[in-house]
Amino acid sequence: MFMRRPQEAHQGIQKACDTVLQLNVRKRLGNFVLNADLSLPGHGVSALFGVSGSGKTSLLRLVAGLDRPDDGAIYIGDRPLVDTRRGVFLPPHRRHIGVVFQEARLFPHYRVHGNLTYGMPASAQSRFDDIVELLGIRPLLKRMPGTLSGGEARRVSIGRALLTNPELLLMDEPLTGLDGPRKQELLRYILSLTSELEIPIVYISHDPKEISAIADHLVLIENGSVTTSDALDRVLNRIDLTPQLGGFDAASVLETQVSRHDQEYGLTHLILDDGQELVVPRLDASPGTRLRIRIPARDVALALSAPHDTSYRNQLDATIERIGTLPDSPATVEILLVTGNQRLRARLTRKSHDEMGLTQGTPVKALIRSVAFDMRQL
Amino acid sequence: MLTSAEWDAILLSLKIGISAVGWILPPGIAISWLLARHEFRGKALLDGIVHLPLVLPPVVVGYLLLISLGRQGVAGQWLYQWFGVSLPFTWQGAAVASGVMAFPLLVRAMRLSLEAVDPKLEAAASTLGANRWRVFFTITLPLSIPGLLTGCLLAFARALSEFGATITFASNIPGETRNLPLALYSLIQTPGKEAAAARLCVLAIVIAMLSLLASEWLARHARHRLRERDS
Repeated sequence: MFMRRPQEAHQGIQKACDTVLQLNVRKRLGNFVLNADLSLPGHGVSALFGVSGSGKTSLLRLVAGLDRPDDGAIYIGDRPLVDTRRGVFLPPHRRHIGVVFQEARLFPHYRVHGNLTYGMPASAQSRFDDIVELLGIRPLLKRMPGTLSGGEARRVSIGRALLTNPELLLMDEPLTGLDGPRKQELLRYILSLTSELEIPIVYISHDPKEISAIADHLVLIENGSVTTSDALDRVLNRIDLTPQLGGFDAASVLETQVSRHDQEYGLTHLILDDGQELVVPRLDASPGTRLRIRIPARDVALALSAPHDTSYRNQLDATIERIGTLPDSPATVEILLVTGNQRLRARLTRKSHDEMGLTQGTPVKALIRSVAFDMRQL
Repeated sequence: MLTSAEWDAILLSLKIGISAVGWILPPGIAISWLLARHEFRGKALLDGIVHLPLVLPPVVVGYLLLISLGRQGVAGQWLYQWFGVSLPFTWQGAAVASGVMAFPLLVRAMRLSLEAVDPKLEAAASTLGANRWRVFFTITLPLSIPGLLTGCLLAFARALSEFGATITFASNIPGETRNLPLALYSLIQTPGKEAAAARLCVLAIVIAMLSLLASEWLARHARHRLRERDS
């Protein structure tokens, strides 16, 4: 898993504290009760993750104004979208929130151009060309929506939402229903969007890979409640959340920068923020590009001293920060390492852990299998 | 080819039919939309009232119109005093009667068509900043044009053939309220006019057939325009 990283959004994580969206709502839907309390940062991509039926989409509908909460409030900055106690309810058309629905929902009787400009205020006119370029939809402008492919229609619907100049963009599983290559393609477009535009995005997904690729902030939703909300890397490194993050396959996300390419062996060198280097199969990215890489915990092995005669190309100096176990897998041990400023997770058998005598603070070499840098598909 | 009396009847029928559809269109659309998109108390009652002309004897409808809109009627009195308008025995009265009779047909077709418009598109439009009116006029209404056209033509055909309510409310005045069915009826009542009656009968069939074909064609054309119209 391997994704291009926007620089701005990355820096956004560091100063993540000013919130854009604050919500505290309750809504009963049949037997299901949504009871969410959440604040999200004013930049970058915040992902809402949860299984189907956990309440992600219901939450989105409340934020968009398509449903009313029974009780509670939602604010963007200090602007109330709804506040039951103050009797405030802004209808969707006055919220300035862009929504990209699961299905593209293009208007079948307007051409692509008409769809794009449907909600466009005069002040957004100047952005039209940029957004059309960014999403690669210029050749589609004269087409009718019925003639577009799934991926094209999604791109148009993203453009349509962006051209309303929203203060916040909500995306409800925008990649659902697309096949592998189309998914990858649309994800690239969305990633370039997050780096080019300064608009906070709330991204709903039940796909851990999508989220690892795109999110800066991760919110876990279970049974209608928010259980965790924190920066992505911090959530992924929480051993106690491993069961909830099941689908994430216990992996870490590292921020790196391309340093150079090794033509002869077809390799690419990446530098971590503390200057350590990783070598991966050649990537198509120019030196200086920031990349986010994903390393599954089971692809990280530990050694107490630098091993020689090994096929492990990548050895990082690291220190053990925490050791934990998972209740339902007694044979393995979860280890959280610090390397530079970043965290890396490893999963060892309990036997190796005991034999190596690992404890908190032990300096180790983290051996990373090169194959962990697989970047093929979502 | 046609006699002037025949022309009179045809043109008058067309005039009454078009006016009838014209005046029921705004309330027809509004009520279809209410029935298609909203839940409220008394919805079943409203639905029933709308459909009443379909099941009531037309003469009853005509009689009800007479006692409400006649010169002495509750609303008719008021209309006359304030606007000097008197509906009975005028072609406008015939248009009112025909319109009432045609109303359920328009609403039925229109409602089905409105219900078929995906509410998700309306929701999407509202998130793009469109208020209710804009959503209705740019999304809901254009997407239900096929049903609207079908409804209009059905209503028009019904108005053309309206007899009972018209004769009760607007009477059978040549050149004023004597539409095609009334003219035909009058000819049948007159000895020696069998041939003329037969001619009118054929004319009625031709006009009805034409409006059915036109409705089919328009609806298909509109549907086609809504779907893939790729350039």
